[in-house]
Amino acid sequence: MDLTIIGAALINGILMGGIYTLVASGLTLIYGVLHIINFAHGSLLMVAMFGVFYMVTKLGIDPYLSLIVTMPAMFALGYVLYRFLIGKLSYGKDENILLITLGLSIVIENLALMFFTGDSRTISMSYSDKMFEVGPLLIGLPKVISFVAAMVMCALLGIFITRTDTGRAIRAVAKERMGARLVGIDVDKVFAISFGLGMATLGAAASLLMPIFYVSPTTGHVFVMVAFTVVVLGGMGSFLGAVVGGLIVGLTESFGGLYLGESLGQIGISLIFILILLFRPSGLFGDKR
Amino acid sequence: MNLNRSPWALHALLLLAAMVFPFVSNSAFVINFGVLALFYAFIGQSWNIAGGFAGQLSFGHVAFFGVGAYASTIVQMRFGFNPWWGLPAAALAGAAAGFLIGVMSFRAGLKGSYFALITLAFAEVFRIIANSVEITGGGLGMLIPMKQTAANFQFGDRRVFYFIILALTVISVAIALWLKASRFGARLAAIRENEDSASALGINIFVEKIKIMAISGAIAGAGGCFFAQYFLYIDPTIVFGVDKSVEMLLVSMIGGAGTVYGPLIGAILLAVVSEVTRSMFSFQGLSLVLYGTLLVIIIAFLPNGLIELFKRKKLKDGDQLSVTSSTKAGEA
Repeated sequence: MDLTIIGAALINGILMGGIYTLVASGLTLIYGVLHIINFAHGSLLMVAMFGVFYMVTKLGIDPYLSLIVTMPAMFALGYVLYRFLIGKLSYGKDENILLITLGLSIVIENLALMFFTGDSRTISMSYSDKMFEVGPLLIGLPKVISFVAAMVMCALLGIFITRTDTGRAIRAVAKERMGARLVGIDVDKVFAISFGLGMATLGAAASLLMPIFYVSPTTGHVFVMVAFTVVVLGGMGSFLGAVVGGLIVGLTESFGGLYLGESLGQIGISLIFILILLFRPSGLFGDKR
Repeated sequence: MNLNRSPWALHALLLLAAMVFPFVSNSAFVINFGVLALFYAFIGQSWNIAGGFAGQLSFGHVAFFGVGAYASTIVQMRFGFNPWWGLPAAALAGAAAGFLIGVMSFRAGLKGSYFALITLAFAEVFRIIANSVEITGGGLGMLIPMKQTAANFQFGDRRVFYFIILALTVISVAIALWLKASRFGARLAAIRENEDSASALGINIFVEKIKIMAISGAIAGAGGCFFAQYFLYIDPTIVFGVDKSVEMLLVSMIGGAGTVYGPLIGAILLAVVSEVTRSMFSFQGLSLVLYGTLLVIIIAFLPNGLIELFKRKKLKDGDQLSVTSSTKAGEA
């Protein structure tokens, strides 16, 4: 096959993989700390994307600038959701949280369907069609911006987790809940903050995705499977895993599309998910369960 | 007559009510409503048998449903069999899918949320395959030609469909009753409550779980065949879509997972809610908003489902709650 096409698939895969990493790092953070699987992750991303869509179309804010709004707004939403719903209702049993977050995603998606109808929406900015030329390859400028910003966000999240007191508390709670409580950490607050942080990364992902993707009430479906695959592949709770997993999933998707065609090409992500769960459930970088 | 004291009188009364129902009115609306309510009860019972009785939560039960729908339609359309053969073919295919997914997942030791997620992924793989290969008609789906004769599994009088799905539902309820009363069902309840303890008691949890997945898969597969013959059209998004998995789970969880009549209560409620909201409001989605909210409320406050409301009353009458059904998830 023509090398140019392969090169394009390679670059597209890596660029998309960066965004997947960002979406998945929120999920893996929540799992690592709270040991819960947030099934509503995709639907909450969709909500944030609608937020970005309306900020861009109604208020004329640049999608990348909307980060300043989406991140704190999603953090607040996550904090409140955990404090008043998820934390209260789940009784600590992991299937219950899965079901609660499933219920939440059903409600969110169908509310979105009621208010926004099933139509897909995209935004168009002055730079939407700008292309980079790298040798024989043409690369969309928004994709590159989104990728770089996603990587910066992941790095910032990493720095926050490793360098700040709150980050230290989060890591302490993730490692040893009881011990953290004994040394005076407010564990419930750390749970809520972690959930909020996970949501804030979704807010960032929404702002970065909107220029290169579409939003509809079912957009969450696309990302929920992808995010779970990245997280399971990299190892639940591992950030390095999320980065590597994101890139692998991005590449699998683009090369799957290239070699297997539009329809069958989608199979790669689900297959990776199944194979990892069957043969290496701890993922590439996760702790052995 | 105290219905709580004599369960067979309750079963007989429910069956009688269900048999009289299509003669109350022969309007297409009423019959269609009855068919859909029973259809959801039937596939909800399939989910309930694995998810409720055995505690094997699945988010991708539609995999078995879709395999059944495609098996029966392919047998009829591609190999020229009489469509009635589609029903056993669908049940068999559903059971095989349940068996295979069960063997792979349980061999790897997946349980709880991980099992739920892998079933979702399997359903997605099936959807993509059905969308990509020739024998299924790909994304265009398969249209079953209209030819209304009884030999062709098509009926001018929609009430025949009603009685077919009623018969299937009765069978599924009978299976649930058997699970409630048999040693096999007791072993499943032990597995649901605590796998390690069940294993320590000498139960082969791997074998029991695979058996129940095959049974559950067979029921869902038969449901897929009924769906295909009733609507005469299937495509990958319809019969392998997440929506139907979610509906099966909701019907069962909301009515009462692990109870015999839970899915029936959940299905009737779903059918009523969706008809009422559809007739009152022009936009889509409201019924599922209500249903999703109900799911959250149920898990938080009524882990045994709406059927618990009836049982609470029973307790007041001086009867004892059955021990097996009163310790479900969420009370720990």
